Amino acid sequence: MADGIVGQLVEALGAMIVGVFACVAYFWASNRALDAAFPARGARAGANIRTAGAIRPWLFLAPALLGLGVYLVYPVVNSVWLSLHDAAGRRWVGGANWVWLAGDGKFRESMRNNLLWLLVVPAASTLLGLAAAALTDRLRWGNIAKSLIFMPMAISFIGAAVIWRFIYDYRPADQAQIGLLNAVVVGAGGTPRAWITLEVWNNVCLMAILIWIQTGFAMVILSAALRGIPEETIEAAILDGATPWQLFWKIKVPQIWGTIAVVWTTITILVLKVFDIVLAMTNGQWGTQVLANLMFDWMFRGNDSGRASAVALVIMALVTPIMLWNIRRARAEMR
Amino acid sequence: MEGIAGTRARLTWAVNIAVVLLVLLWTIPTAGLLISSFRDRDQIAVSGWWTALAWSERNAQFRAAPPSEAVEEGGLWVIEGNLLAGRPGEIRAFGINVNRPTEFAPGATATLPAGQRVTVHADGRYRIEHDAQPAGGSGQRLFAATLSPPRFTVENYGTVLTSAGLGRSFVNTLTVTVPATVIPILVAAFAAYALAWMEFPGRALIVAAVVGLLVVPLQLALIPLLQLHNALGIGKSYLGIWLAHTGFGLPLAIYLLRTYIAGLPREVIESARVDGATDFQIFLRIVLPLSFPALASFAIFQFLWVWNDLLVATVFLGNSEAQLVMTGRLRELLGSRGGEWEILAASAFVSIAVPLAVFFGLQKFLVRGLLAGSVKGG
Repeated sequence: MADGIVGQLVEALGAMIVGVFACVAYFWASNRALDAAFPARGARAGANIRTAGAIRPWLFLAPALLGLGVYLVYPVVNSVWLSLHDAAGRRWVGGANWVWLAGDGKFRESMRNNLLWLLVVPAASTLLGLAAAALTDRLRWGNIAKSLIFMPMAISFIGAAVIWRFIYDYRPADQAQIGLLNAVVVGAGGTPRAWITLEVWNNVCLMAILIWIQTGFAMVILSAALRGIPEETIEAAILDGATPWQLFWKIKVPQIWGTIAVVWTTITILVLKVFDIVLAMTNGQWGTQVLANLMFDWMFRGNDSGRASAVALVIMALVTPIMLWNIRRARAEMR
Repeated sequence: MEGIAGTRARLTWAVNIAVVLLVLLWTIPTAGLLISSFRDRDQIAVSGWWTALAWSERNAQFRAAPPSEAVEEGGLWVIEGNLLAGRPGEIRAFGINVNRPTEFAPGATATLPAGQRVTVHADGRYRIEHDAQPAGGSGQRLFAATLSPPRFTVENYGTVLTSAGLGRSFVNTLTVTVPATVIPILVAAFAAYALAWMEFPGRALIVAAVVGLLVVPLQLALIPLLQLHNALGIGKSYLGIWLAHTGFGLPLAIYLLRTYIAGLPREVIESARVDGATDFQIFLRIVLPLSFPALASFAIFQFLWVWNDLLVATVFLGNSEAQLVMTGRLRELLGSRGGEWEILAASAFVSIAVPLAVFFGLQKFLVRGLLAGSVKGG
């Protein structure tokens, strides 16, 4: 056992060293080869320099492009192909998977829940993040507060699921509650509830976990944006007698709309991809299924690559508008 | 001016209170987990972690010493002992019937159907008097409500690291994470330099493609790549998951590094070119060392993401003892030992301890990376 562990770690370290070394060796050797093939001297020095200059960027890019192509571009194309084939990915079935998808109850439930997540989580995280940023920026101990609110970002979704089980746990009314939420409810005179199985509300419980994780992200970015606002605009508003409330909503927020949009869309994309939380808390039972977990379900339990790919492509389609917007933004910035 | 100063002071108070509330709300869940992981398994199941410092009361069943230990004492046969068996605590009430476990107050004497008299004291001492020498194999069943003091233990951690298999999973996670964090950096850095400082046709298109690929859902990549890995003979192996994480991490790596490298001062790179340095030399000697903050940012992102990932590990690694990572193990524990809170709590804390340490230790780089990745566009 101990030998196995040591061997495994040595293997990992070895892989890292080999990986790094292979990278350096490739870049070094390919650049040397290029210089040797087109030497920057002799009669054709000028032409050689130009040719080498045209090839060199592609030597630098080749490994990355290969990785991107194989691991991200090829799967998109292959998924379209798979979605038109049967469970084992062999026989052409045309639009059968898509027809099935349109009529599937679990898929509709997932779409409804994803819509709910899309409406609630980005909005709540961004608003709470904005509030946290605005408030902590005014305090001397603000950085410590920020650090603590930001902390859940380092926690895995599955770890967060365990953490929140201690919040949502349910015991019958005649026993002591060990879940914090029910303890608060009982303390306030209410009856304890099994939150995780309580339809519709259980979705809110799951969303709370993601909001808890993402608020820190929103706060950090929005805080930097708030600090980047030119002092003059704020001073002018104060001289004009603006209250702190007006100052924040009428002067500061309008100036950081761009950043708010970035935060909002980043969290939106995360929401579409999140599956660990649902998997660990309910596994899609009690009306909490979401697309990403539905896909996982069809891949592992259903063993149906056609249907799973169709669900994955729906996620892709939902992400595409944001993708295009991001690309436009990036291009505008490059110019 | 007085009025404004007064408003200011009140506002500062309100802000302080609001932030304290916010911080409490955000740290309490994790604090609950941490406290729970150090609690005794009996206490964790009957009381909330917020009562960890208070005494807890619970009903339990005990068995007195067997009849063979009875001693004669003035014509009576007596069995004596202590229900708490040396543990600190207090008996609040006791009973002789399972339906009425708290019928008698400590110190009172209960009479069993067969005529024996039972007395249990608050400190746990009990005395059973028989009129004749008792026979039989097992001791008398007794019930009691016990009040026990808070107990904290590191036993849970010992259990999860050894028998629950988390120790092995820790090593497996480390095996996945280290190469998967380091390898993409260099690949991406070369590409980022080319995209930032070399002129060639199609450059803008590639940058746009990288930005687009940033958001491709991983779900899409799972089936095609698993099939590809199987076809190549890599199958479910560490090599497979290193490659997968490298591929998935590339868009963010290239994007972050390109943004940073493009922002390096033009004069530094131009003057090196004038001095006759090749692009390869410029990259290795100037760009790479100057880009250290960006490299660190990405490394932290990738480390946290790979360490915390469940999806890619589930798909590209197996469930064997030598391959199950910590997130996978936690998921398994949630299913098989969902009721064993102390195991869950300690396991979860072991799995989040390293990311938390990285987070608090290297937060500066993490924040810088986040800002480079998002604010630029704002």
